[in-house]
Amino acid sequence: MAQKETMTLNMGPQHPSTHGVLRLVIELDGEIIDKITPHIGYLHRGIEKLSEHRTYHQALPLTDRMDYLAPMSNNLGYVLAVEKLLGIEVPERAKTVRVITAELTRLKSHLVWLACHALDIGAMTVFLYCFREREKVMSIYEKLSGARMTSNYYRVGGLSADVYAGFEKDVQEIIDTFPDFFDVYEGLLTKNTIWLQRTIGNGVISAEDAIDAGITGPALRGSGVDWDLRRDNPYSGYEKYGFKVPVGEKGDTFDRYKVRLVELREAVNIISQALKDLKPGPVLADLPQVCYPPKENVYNSIEGLIHHFKIASEGFAVPEGEVYQSVEAPKGELGYYLVSDGGNKPYRMRVRPPSFVNLSAIERMAKGSMIADLVAIIGTLDIVLGEIDR
Amino acid sequence: MIVPLIKGLQITLKHLFKKPITLMYPEEKPDVAPNFRGLHALKVSHNKAKCVACYLCPTVCPAKCITVEAGEDANHDKYAAKYEIDMLRCIFCGYCVEACPVDALGMTQTFELANYKRSDFVFTKERLLEKK
Repeated sequence: MAQKETMTLNMGPQHPSTHGVLRLVIELDGEIIDKITPHIGYLHRGIEKLSEHRTYHQALPLTDRMDYLAPMSNNLGYVLAVEKLLGIEVPERAKTVRVITAELTRLKSHLVWLACHALDIGAMTVFLYCFREREKVMSIYEKLSGARMTSNYYRVGGLSADVYAGFEKDVQEIIDTFPDFFDVYEGLLTKNTIWLQRTIGNGVISAEDAIDAGITGPALRGSGVDWDLRRDNPYSGYEKYGFKVPVGEKGDTFDRYKVRLVELREAVNIISQALKDLKPGPVLADLPQVCYPPKENVYNSIEGLIHHFKIASEGFAVPEGEVYQSVEAPKGELGYYLVSDGGNKPYRMRVRPPSFVNLSAIERMAKGSMIADLVAIIGTLDIVLGEIDR
Repeated sequence: MIVPLIKGLQITLKHLFKKPITLMYPEEKPDVAPNFRGLHALKVSHNKAKCVACYLCPTVCPAKCITVEAGEDANHDKYAAKYEIDMLRCIFCGYCVEACPVDALGMTQTFELANYKRSDFVFTKERLLEKK
């Protein structure tokens, strides 16, 4: 009897379909995958450690550099965690704008996922169309916060600035036009034979396995687990909006594709509900201990100036304690665990990034399948290495 | 089996007759939002920089890329004798602008910051003064 011999193959860290600097060491038995070991850390910037040396205010721009495809979700998780620890309430308008922008982020992130996933499998057209639509979300970001990707728009206690004039019109345009674009993508992919053959039965993971591995987000829902933090543990006013949580059946790549496409439509649905809900009002809480005073006070009164100096130079102290706050980021459960020793800097910040945990299930998904299908599995996991390595 | 492929071709063919959205950069420039967080500018009033060297911007800067040194002018007023921003370290978060108590610092729509030497990325006060 011939002895079974496996071949070790290195995929990455510069491989075009690994979605960042991910290195996979694959044990191959012919064309069949026997074992996968992900090697991560090429993009490690030490964000958790860096934040221990920055005030709560200064640590915020670090968070939108983790999942750079969905910066607002990352900011949202962080500010919610700090606000929970402080025990403060943000104004209604700020909450609603946060929901709108977080769902815009979901659109942006899922569009990149669909684009790259389709490109990996060989559908170049979808890639170009998705990036065209993504640009529309990016231009709203730019007008809103001044940056296309590293938005840094939220503040502890609300928002850095109110929305620009014409924001409602721009968002309404997205609500009106995007469902048609989704139809275009579906027209290109959903019934396409090549797409079906590449995705159906590929990367199957059962609901039990998915829960055991700690998978969250669309990848979990694709396996048929009905779990969405926006509905099951609402934050930032999500309980006010009705939306459907899509679930798959078989837990293969095609199910996860369908789940994400329904999520895109549901994101538009939430945005349209939230836009109707948008009432005029303040966007920053009236909390002198935490928030900057309005600029007219700073320019015109000595009390305002002193207050401004105090907040800018020292930041704000957060009561001693620890808190965990998670949000449903486009890729899954994004959690922030903050420990405060009562000072103006976090004693410890631990991030539970969805991509990191989802990546750990890659071996369960890919074992026994062909090497060519691995590309589709990496795509369907929707990982961002900035978040995995932090 | 063949019908979905034809439908897909229909979609791409329709796009063939649409106006292309490609921006011919660098010949064409993009429309940059007015509040874009690009290169910094020191605002000028009465022919001198408004900055009073209060040190709030280097304090609040998460990247520690701003160097300020205070000086005294002929009227015994405090002013920034040295004001440098290291663009290689700057993360363009806009905190310095938010922190400025006298509205002396702004961010412009300039986003093309490529240069040849590392030393060219350290913007001195003269280079940062707003162009009128």
